[in-house]
Amino acid sequence: MVDIEKANKEALDRLLAARPVLVGMGKAIDVIPGMKKNMILHAGPPVTWDRMCGPQRGAVIGALMYEGMAKNEKEAEELAASGEIEFSPCHHHQAVGPMAGIVSPSMPVYIIENEAFGNKAYGTMNEGLGKVLRMGAYSPDVIERLKWMENVMYPAMDKAIRYLKKIDMKNIIAQALHMGDELHNRNKGATSLFFRTIAPAMVKTSDAATAEAVLKFIDGNDHTFLNLSMPSAKASLDPARNIEGSTMVVAMARNGTDFGIQVSGMGDQWFTAPAPVPPNALYFPGFSKEDANPDIGDSSITETAGLGGFAIGAAPAIVQFVGGTPQDGLNRTLSMYEITIGENNVYQVPYLNFRGTPTGIDIRKVVEKNLPPFIDTGIAHKKPGIGQVGAGLVDAPIEVFKKAVIAFAKKYS
Amino acid sequence: MRKITDLFKQELKVINIGLLSFKESLEDVGVKVIQVDWRPPAGGDEEVMDALKKLLGK
Repeated sequence: MVDIEKANKEALDRLLAARPVLVGMGKAIDVIPGMKKNMILHAGPPVTWDRMCGPQRGAVIGALMYEGMAKNEKEAEELAASGEIEFSPCHHHQAVGPMAGIVSPSMPVYIIENEAFGNKAYGTMNEGLGKVLRMGAYSPDVIERLKWMENVMYPAMDKAIRYLKKIDMKNIIAQALHMGDELHNRNKGATSLFFRTIAPAMVKTSDAATAEAVLKFIDGNDHTFLNLSMPSAKASLDPARNIEGSTMVVAMARNGTDFGIQVSGMGDQWFTAPAPVPPNALYFPGFSKEDANPDIGDSSITETAGLGGFAIGAAPAIVQFVGGTPQDGLNRTLSMYEITIGENNVYQVPYLNFRGTPTGIDIRKVVEKNLPPFIDTGIAHKKPGIGQVGAGLVDAPIEVFKKAVIAFAKKYS
Repeated sequence: MRKITDLFKQELKVINIGLLSFKESLEDVGVKVIQVDWRPPAGGDEEVMDALKKLLGK
């Protein structure tokens, strides 16, 4: 048997050595590796159109209309089902997307570079809460917002970022954890820090009206930084892939139908199981568990990197969004130390005497202790076109870790 | 035998591993209990346990 402990040490060291920085933006077709004119990227492990859940279908419909490839819902559905559109996971292209995670060729994306290893990761900008494309909404106002983000927000953001040359993501994330964020469902502090960083540069590089409009948009969306924390986590984890003999998880992702993980020592293989509906959640007025879609999004990359649910002990205010008490949050973070290889060297939980967050999920420990990773997440309506209905807490399905352990033992024994 | 009877004449401090109902029964009669959240490895699945033993070097 290969030396797993040694392999895991290398994997964790690589993750902890990451230095993700925001270096600019670009259109998906121009900057994302392997992107094609007829390709749509999605969150989660591979899935075909016929198996896609409601919100992901809604987001695909919206993306096809946004791209001008379909005039209406009916045309979009026919095109999506025709075989002419190639669907591929964001993860296969060094990208990540929240909720439906749809990325189409014309969409602008952030470019995060991991200065420690030179690799890059990509992600779209956050549209805001409620009735948005990533939740499966595709009404004219959703498309209009996406067009504004492409034509007005993207050029302004790109100019401001390039004026600054780079923005240190790890620095912002570390400070945000001290401000009550966990960088998955609570991004208020990080968004504020990002706003303070980008605002002077935007005023310098754009006209007053554009700067005002873009900065107001960022100011009105507490989750702006989610779409930066996610590719930052992705950029941090990718260098830890393909380490022979490592049992460290390098991706956790959901497409709303399946929940999947990838393991460092198992290459690009996905281990999947049905995505669960979060059992504990707070729903917006008028909605209930009957409306909820199963767990969806690449945002569990944050938990994979030691943030999100793993850092929920640093975010007491999040209980107003996902339910429970601050003590529950601390208990959740404490339990995750049982299943990780180590602790973070930069991301800390102040209420645990600044202890590093539990980092580097070990599939062996998950299965041995029968204790799956814990994720806090947004919840989309199960029907396309409606949007977000709540937020809650969910355990990753233990089956995927059992499958990974069996496959790992077969490969290495 | 005497040591056991002595034990049960003292205040008992119990650590309960597993079923919560055992803890609750003791608390109902005023016994202090700490609950350990233990779950069977691999959920008791033998195929998974065999694979896990190899990975843990057991």
